[in-house]
Order: sequence, then C-alpha cells, then structure tokens
Amino acid sequence: MSVKQALLALLEQGPMYGYQLRAEFEQRTGATWPLNVGQVYTTLTRLERDGLVAGAGADDEGHVIYRVTPAGRDEVAAWFSTPVARTQPPRDELAIKLALAVTVPGVDVGRMIQQQRTATMTALQDYTRLKRGGRATTPTPSGDLDPNDPNDPNDLAWSLVLDSLVFAAEAEIRWLDHCESRLRRAAVENAGRPDPVVERPSPVPEPVETAKAETTETAR
Amino acid sequence: MSAVLQLAGVTRIHGAGETEVHALRAVSFAARPGELVAIMGPSGSGKSTLLTLAGGLDQPTSGSVSVEGVDLATLGNKGRARMRRTSIGYVFQDFNLIPALTAAENVSLPAELHGTRPRAARRAALQALEEVGIADLADRFPDHMSGGQQQRVAIARAIAGERRLILADEPTGALDTETGEEILRLLRARCDAGAAGVLVTHEARHAAWADRVVFLRDGVVVDESGSDPAETLLDSGAR
Ligand SMILES: Nc1ncnc2c1ncn2[C@@H]1O[C@H](COP(=O)(O)OP(=O)(O)OP(=O)(O)O)[C@@H](O)[C@H]1O
Ligand SMILES: [Mg+2]
Repeated sequence: MSVKQALLALLEQGPMYGYQLRAEFEQRTGATWPLNVGQVYTTLTRLERDGLVAGAGADDEGHVIYRVTPAGRDEVAAWFSTPVARTQPPRDELAIKLALAVTVPGVDVGRMIQQQRTATMTALQDYTRLKRGGRATTPTPSGDLDPNDPNDPNDLAWSLVLDSLVFAAEAEIRWLDHCESRLRRAAVENAGRPDPVVERPSPVPEPVETAKAETTETAR
Repeated sequence: MSAVLQLAGVTRIHGAGETEVHALRAVSFAARPGELVAIMGPSGSGKSTLLTLAGGLDQPTSGSVSVEGVDLATLGNKGRARMRRTSIGYVFQDFNLIPALTAAENVSLPAELHGTRPRAARRAALQALEEVGIADLADRFPDHMSGGQQQRVAIARAIAGERRLILADEPTGALDTETGEEILRLLRARCDAGAAGVLVTHEARHAAWADRVVFLRDGVVVDESGSDPAETLLDSGAR
C-alpha cells in the first residue's frame, strides 16, 4: 500500500507524531481506508530505518515527533511524478464469483447480477448522500465530515476520494449491465434461435407484481 | 402523503398484430412530493415511453396515469396541455427547443401560453437560466449553442415556475461530468423543496441522486433499489 508515501508526504508539511499523522490522513480520505495507530508507528519505524524520516525529539506530552529527511523528500517527489502501476490488477471478488457462476451448473447468474446491481446501487446512493452533505446513513465512520466546504483543501481531498468510490461503483454497475446483456444474448443463441432482433427478451421477464415481490425479499 | 404521479397497471402497446411492440407491461409506479425517482434500463426497455405517458404526451393502452390525483385520461387534450404548461416540467431526450426562439423565449413560452405576463415570464426564465448556469446565453438562438448548452436550456424550461412534477429524459446526456452533477444537484434541490421528479438516465452515478432507482427491462420493472419500496407498493395499490 501507499501508507509509506502518504506519511512522507504529510511530513513534508512539518514534523508530526503518529496520532497527528493518522488524523491528517483521515481528514483527506474520510477514513475510507482506516489506518490504525500501530500501523502508523510500524511504518514510521521502517521509514526511520531506511533513512527517510528522522526522530525530532518529543513534545511536552512525550509524543515522539518525526520529520522528513532529504532522501524522504526525494521519495515523495518520485511518488508524485510516477503513475500508479496497473500491472497487477487487484483481486476482484465479484469478477471471480461471476466467472465461476457462469461455469458452475445450477447457479442463477441473472439473479446474482440483479442482486449485486441493487446492492452496488445502494452503496452508490450512500456515497452520493455523503457528497450531498452527509445527512444520511454513512458507509464509513467519517460521515460527520462535510465534503462540501469548497474552502477547505482537506474537504476537497475527501470529496475527490468520494468521487473515486462513486466512479468505481458506477463502473461496476455498467459492467454488470454488460454481463447481463451478453448472457442474455448467449442464451438466445444457445436456444438455437438466430434471432434477428438481438434486444428481444429470452425468456420474457416476470410480470411486475412478481418482480416487485422478489425485490422486497432481496431488501430484507 | 399522496403521490404527485401515479401509474397503475400501465400497459402501452405500439402497433398491432405482427408488428405489435409491448413497450410497457402492467407497470405500477408512484412519485410523491419531495421524491426523486430514477429509471434505468437498456435501450428500448420502455423508459421514454413511461415518461411520455407520465407527461400526458401519450396515452396508455390500459391502466391509468394520474397527476396530482387527476386521471389524465379524464382531462382531454386541452386539459392535458394545460397541465403540461403549469404543473409538469418535461425535459425531452432530444431537447425539443424551438429554433426560431431565443433561449429565454424558449424557457418562457409555456408560461406565456398560459397567460403569464411577458415580463414576469421573462424574469422567471432568466432565473431558471441562471440556475442552470447559462444566464449569459439568454438571447442566443439554439443553433448557436453547443449541445450541452441547449440541453441546459431544455432543463431551464422544465424547472421554470412552480412545477409540481419534473420529468427528465436523459437530461445529462450532452453534459460533462461536473455540469451533469450540477444539474442533478438542481433537480435534487427542486425535489427537496417539494416537487416530485422522475429522471431517466443511463448513468448510475446520476441515478444515485434519486431516492429510489427503478430498473426497467422489456417494459417490466425488474428491480428497485433505495428507500421504502414496500411503502410505495402499498401506495400504488400494486399489492
Ligand atoms: N411510436 C412508436 N411506434 C412503435 N414502437 C415504438 C414507438 N415508440 C417506442 N416504440 C418501441 O417501444 C419500445 C420502448 O421504447 P422507448 O423509447 O420507451 O425505449 P427507451 O427505454 O427510452 O430506450 P432508449 O434508452 O434507447 O431511449 C422500443 O422497442 C421501441 O422500439
Ligand atoms: Mg428513451
């Protein structure tokens, strides 16, 4: 993870101790990726070993303060000027689950896709409520922060992190739509009906009452 | 709270016999004051059909469409046209602006047709254009505007005045992500102020501004996400 570089970048703003670093990190990311203080101190120890930070004494309450070294500054500069590598796609449980669902007999893939889409849409609605001012259910403990104050750079940072979650959820929903239509087309072709109207349903979906009853079940 | 828009068992069949198309099948659906509902679904799933029925621009083959408790079928053409000029704001998928009129004239037209004094109508139009961020283009003609600017004129026309029901068909199709989000904020604010809104969109990111998201497929509601669908079911008498 990028905890190492993130802490170095924060220390560029001035010397800090562990709790402060965690607070600064979470102000920008809204606790989307919670950091525990243990993790912060372990990372600082490693950074010190590598010569990227150095101890700078303690404050009145005995907190050990760290500052960034010139080597640490170089590390941060390199981080900001190098694109994040996408060579190793992160393991995606949903893609793996779907890949197995389409090959294992007896799985209702259509229903799986529908349920996932509803769940992802609900998460997307939650993120959007947070963007609107955090007045509804919050997916992270950070819901009390207001991402809408344009004058606070930390708020801007967090609002961009939220946007990242929003776009990722949207991409997932588009992908699910895409899977659904590909599977339906495949089902039509497998049924040996070279149907000229590709959009035609097969099978015809349930009428509305049944479908809604299903939805209510899903919602439980 | 009673619904601003209520569809009960609405079916719309286009054509007949061999070429018959079931654009909507027995759809029941309601939008209440303060509520924004999004409709998603693949191309051809019946989204625009649903919206034109809700706006009184088309009539169901069976079932009923009511706006503010009035069954649109009982109104007649004149009554429906009146409703469209006053209660219902409609953003068309293809904008539907009149090329011979300026942006401000396009926006003020419904109010003027309804008998509002031109100056008051223009003031309301300018305010709506301001809200969609193109006050400076008030006296331009549609042909001299970008697609996104024309789309915003179409939105301004739908929100000008006190509309109780706002129906928007892909209102963000021609907009970049940030402008699109501003439009959603605006629709959301109108609903928070008491209007009911129905938004057709392909973009989940925009649908997420709604209280409920309804998924259509082949003219059928297959799925719904968001708050209290159960209450809505009771409301719409679907159960
Ligand atoms: N006037 C018409 N005559 C015949 N068929 C029609 C008519 N209007 C719509 N249809 C058919 O009804 C179905 C639903 O159309 P509709 O325009 O509601 O789809 P949509 O969901 O809005 O699609 P899109 O996302 O492409 O705008 C389609 O199969 C379409 O071909
Ligand atoms: Mg359409």
